[in-house]
Amino acid sequence: MRRRERHAGAFRALRTQRDQTVNDHPSDPLSIAHSAAPGAGSLTASAGFGSLLDGGFRILIAGAGLSVFALAGLLGWELYRGAEKALSRYGVGFLTGSHWDPVAGRFGALPFLYGTFVSSTIALLLAFPLSVATALSLTEFAPFWIRRPVRALVDLMAAVPSVVWGLWAMFEMVPWLRQAAFPFLQRAFGWIPLFQGPIYGVSLLAGALIIAMMITPIITSLAIEILRAVPPMLREAAWALGATRWEVIRVAVLPYVRSALVGAGVLGLGRALGETMAVTMVIGNRPEILLSLFAPGYTLASVLVNEFAEATSEEHLAALFEIGLTLVAVTLVVNFLARLLIHNIPFFFAPRTLRTQPMEGER
Amino acid sequence: MKIPGPWSLLLLLLLALAWLSLAPRRDESPPLINGAGASFPYPLYARWFAAYERLDPTARFNYQAIGSGGGQQQLLHQTVDFGASDSPMRRTLLEAAPGKILHVPMIAGADVLAYNLPGSPPLHLTPAIIAEIFLGRIHDWNDPRLARINPETPLPPLPLVVVHRSDGSGTTYIFTDYLSKVSPEWSRIAGRGTAVRWPTGIGAKGNEGVAGQIRSLPGAIGYLELAFAVQNRIAYAAVQNLSGNFILPSPESVTQALTSSTLDRDDFRISIANAEGPRAYPIAGLTWLLLYEKPSDRRKAQKLLAFVRWCLTDGQALASSLDYAPLPPRLRERVLASLPEIQ
Repeated sequence: MRRRERHAGAFRALRTQRDQTVNDHPSDPLSIAHSAAPGAGSLTASAGFGSLLDGGFRILIAGAGLSVFALAGLLGWELYRGAEKALSRYGVGFLTGSHWDPVAGRFGALPFLYGTFVSSTIALLLAFPLSVATALSLTEFAPFWIRRPVRALVDLMAAVPSVVWGLWAMFEMVPWLRQAAFPFLQRAFGWIPLFQGPIYGVSLLAGALIIAMMITPIITSLAIEILRAVPPMLREAAWALGATRWEVIRVAVLPYVRSALVGAGVLGLGRALGETMAVTMVIGNRPEILLSLFAPGYTLASVLVNEFAEATSEEHLAALFEIGLTLVAVTLVVNFLARLLIHNIPFFFAPRTLRTQPMEGER
Repeated sequence: MKIPGPWSLLLLLLLALAWLSLAPRRDESPPLINGAGASFPYPLYARWFAAYERLDPTARFNYQAIGSGGGQQQLLHQTVDFGASDSPMRRTLLEAAPGKILHVPMIAGADVLAYNLPGSPPLHLTPAIIAEIFLGRIHDWNDPRLARINPETPLPPLPLVVVHRSDGSGTTYIFTDYLSKVSPEWSRIAGRGTAVRWPTGIGAKGNEGVAGQIRSLPGAIGYLELAFAVQNRIAYAAVQNLSGNFILPSPESVTQALTSSTLDRDDFRISIANAEGPRAYPIAGLTWLLLYEKPSDRRKAQKLLAFVRWCLTDGQALASSLDYAPLPPRLRERVLASLPEIQ
């Protein structure tokens, strides 16, 4: 409401300025606005210059809003146009084919789809519990003096560019994985096919790990905001009933924010699916579906960044455009499913008392 | 402090506009000659542009190293004045172009086979063994085939891991061009191109990515561009050429390959891989500037051609200082003679 009054005030001020030849605050119309009675004089009723500005402003805002549709449409159209040739030539076979041979002109995207799904899923499985736990400890347990510095660090990590993560992963993480972590995993879980086969260091699992590290700060940051939005009343009520800390979190806090937390996870997943540079540097870039997580893999985003600059034949370019289209489609589908999940989770899981007020707008 | 309101901002804007309109206009500023393409020769091109702009201050260049494929596409759409590419343009693309496109070889580059073995012992490789390695048929360094040609080098029982470029690149083109020439099997299974379907190995992005993988993975072998390997002091192998000699790559041995290559085509879209000549290094290739024979902008074209002539004469000395192989005199003269005259 306050903003609306300010606008009204500003327009009034403009008019006052026009009318009065003397004004002592030519550069600060707001100061006049405060002297005017708030809410007095409606915007639509004002005539002349004011209504002109009003109309112009409305058109400007409407244009800004509509430009989202225009941009999305243009993006979709351009991708479709670029991929048209591949779409008509390979059809559904593009998504199920597992051969990617630019020289012979055979293109199948299944290895990239597989790599994208597996690396993102593992990354989310690793990052989500860690993030929620971090956020819980920072909002519920940690002493106050430590909360702000850790919070600042988390935000800082969220801002580290992808390629920097990639460099660190390539020169520090991958050698460590190859020499210590992977051999250990193989000794412990070697009976599972996922952990068999030769160890190179660069692998699907290394890609998943670096994605997990990159999305953890983002999900953590969102989760902290979400947890801080829990009304204190809920906690106090639980305390009053004699609940322990764990029970407070379980009964009062988590049910209230569950859907919002899932939303935070989905945002992280969106980033994971499209993550490019760091993943390309550690995933091994091999378009082949191998069961072992120690084997090199490939993702949709990686093949785009790798091959686009040097693609000379038309079929190759069209196939890469279709990869881009596939990536957009995958992201949209995931977002859509997550939205379904967000809207349904409170209904399925939340205690009866909380069903009436699902969190809206948290995403 | 008071925050400036909209009116004073407007005034500032007007003042800035007035100042801009009063500022001296440079009508006679030279036209910017735009190019795009290969990243492999980019360090040399950048050096050439800088040196030439000192000689002729009216020539100004802008080059985007976006990759050979990008350079070819932009030239086709005439968004740049010249393209640059490490692989010759395909016939279909040349036919789709609005005018005749010339391939002007500028320098030659080579790929080295870099490896990571404890103690970096010297290594000899034959074409057959290189093909076997990259086809994924040699799994260990103590394979008898490797031992037979490296009798004095003790090869450790390490697993052999192939590292190749994951991004499309001219370096890959040179290497797969060579493999296709020496191994009919490779040519059938993978073929030549800036990106191919690798039968084995892990992919890394860029020369620096491949070098990083080789450095950190004992037993790894991969191909790198010569200049990059020399500047980063990475161990590389001597390769047996057609005459049967084991040759270490260097700008000189690459120029040797150029000297002995047959130049039977007029348009210089030639491959110098697996060249004859006793001292020629076999894994080498040319890099080209791509120009329209009859460009629309005469003034720019004249400047560009003058620059290309300079690169092929005085500029070649700069090439060897950056570990690229300069063209031999005979080839240079033929290229110079083939350049069009634009009045």
